Amino acid sequence: MDLRDLWAESLAGMLARPVRSALTTLGTVLGITTLVVTLGIAATAGNQIVGRFDELLATSVTVDVPPSSRGPLVSWDAPGELRRLRGVVSATALAQNEESSNLVVTANNLLDPTRVFGQTLAVVAAGPNLPETTHGRLLAGRFYDAGHVARHDRVVVLGEQAAAMLGITRLDHAPAVFINDRAYTVIGIIGDLRRERVLASAVLVPPTLGPDFGLKDVTRVLVATQLGAAELIARQAPLALSPSNVGELQVIAPAGPRRARDGAQDDVNGMFLILGLVSLVVGAVGIANVTLVTVMERVAEIGLRRALGAGRRHIAGQFLLESSLIGLTGGVIGASLGMAAVVGVAAVRQWTPVLDIRLALAAPVAGALVGLLAGLYPALRAARMEPVDALR
Amino acid sequence: MPEPVIELTGVCREFPSDPPVRALSDVDLRVEPGDYLAIVGPSGSGKSTLLNILGLLDRPSSGSYRLDGVETTELRDGARTRLRGARIGFVFQSFHLLPHRTVVENVMLAEVYGPHPRRGRRARAEQALEQVGMGHRTGFAPGRLSGGERQRVAIARALMARPALLLCDEPTGNLDSRNTEAILDLFDGLRAQGLTILVITHEDGVSARAGRRVRIGDGLLTEQG
Repeated sequence: MDLRDLWAESLAGMLARPVRSALTTLGTVLGITTLVVTLGIAATAGNQIVGRFDELLATSVTVDVPPSSRGPLVSWDAPGELRRLRGVVSATALAQNEESSNLVVTANNLLDPTRVFGQTLAVVAAGPNLPETTHGRLLAGRFYDAGHVARHDRVVVLGEQAAAMLGITRLDHAPAVFINDRAYTVIGIIGDLRRERVLASAVLVPPTLGPDFGLKDVTRVLVATQLGAAELIARQAPLALSPSNVGELQVIAPAGPRRARDGAQDDVNGMFLILGLVSLVVGAVGIANVTLVTVMERVAEIGLRRALGAGRRHIAGQFLLESSLIGLTGGVIGASLGMAAVVGVAAVRQWTPVLDIRLALAAPVAGALVGLLAGLYPALRAARMEPVDALR
Repeated sequence: MPEPVIELTGVCREFPSDPPVRALSDVDLRVEPGDYLAIVGPSGSGKSTLLNILGLLDRPSSGSYRLDGVETTELRDGARTRLRGARIGFVFQSFHLLPHRTVVENVMLAEVYGPHPRRGRRARAEQALEQVGMGHRTGFAPGRLSGGERQRVAIARALMARPALLLCDEPTGNLDSRNTEAILDLFDGLRAQGLTILVITHEDGVSARAGRRVRIGDGLLTEQG
């Protein structure tokens, strides 16, 4: 028997009752759709979470420096040294303590009864490359540089919120703020401090002005790393910052990106995978059932085919191919629906859909396999039939 | 002298029960090429059993059956199936046409399982339909044909594989007298072309047209003049 004939006969058998065949595929469609959606959404969502981590958290390492009676554990120059480590993009030292966190800051020394006179803000001493390390954006003016630091210039940069609270929006008249009755020129306003949100309501001063506010020693070092380097840098940073006090420094490093992805997938997957598999099994039972009914209905046809010279394997082959085609159809429809759903969900959430090409190819194959397995028993029944009985 | 198409020697067929039922006992039959033979008998006489054995659908319990010179009783299942497909054209009382396929597709089915080339199959099927006078109905669904037309399509299907033997089981059992006459005319024409035809029937009108008549009763065959 020509394989094309087998194909044509099976296709004709399947299309002879299109409605029944369509209904029979439903179970497989549901199962494959569920599986594709589950795996697709999990991959998309997993990728999404990792993507968000990548941007900021996965590249952020923070080293907390506890106060020490033996003098500073980390010097202001140490972050510069840190940049010699491979994988460090930028590092900045900060100093902040309780005393400096509640200082009254005023925008001018006029008494205006209609306005709140002074704001209680935090003053933080920070190295000049803070914007780089925190991915901050200067909304106005500029950040102080090494020159300001070296000259002990009395300049400050305001966090976005701090500037709003003080009513400072423009810098073209070189406004000043007054802290502890001393004036400081505001040279910049910094915003978008997503990594260190608290700094948005802080007054940033160069390290050399720190002693004015009791900020002598570094209390924290922020490190921005290259993607994937965070874990390594987290291990190396304490040694580079303060070789003799490694044990006292506390490192806060992001969770590994791999764990984030696995966690996200595990949450979504388990349940729906089981649901999908159950639907597939139900689909298989449906195909088996309908194929068996079809075999019983087509006993006369089987007898005729045997009379026309069809061997048992031809009969078995035809019914197996029919059930596999039904499964394959279900798989193709299910895979298409599933992928459309994944793309739809991703579009609504403004995610990037992640579709594994292997999944797209494997889903119809899985459907066909389901059909093949489901068809085994009915096909065997059909093949075992004696032509004498079938023609009776 | 050419080999006979059918040569049954001492064929018995018993069905296991208590006591065993002997449907055919010691049957001898010889059918020469070009014979037109009718086997007549009442129901329960063993007609169907004989037909099944002749059609290689069943095996005799004992005895020998040579089809076109090939001893069939010792063949395995697959070989019997191939021989059946190649040498025997079946015509059934209930036509056995596939309802969802067109007339020509039903006829083409005869070549699906043999070593026939796909090329030209439709043309050969149309030719077989012409042979039975159904060339104008090739694209019809069997459901739209009359009983006589259906049987002619079934005969075209049986002729398609160019069999050595046309084996007909009550071919006119479902037809009225006019259609029966048409089918019998068709048989006469086929026989004139040299085809060997064996008809199993209980209708005397059908058997009267055959060249030879063999009566079967209680599993025994008796040749009638």
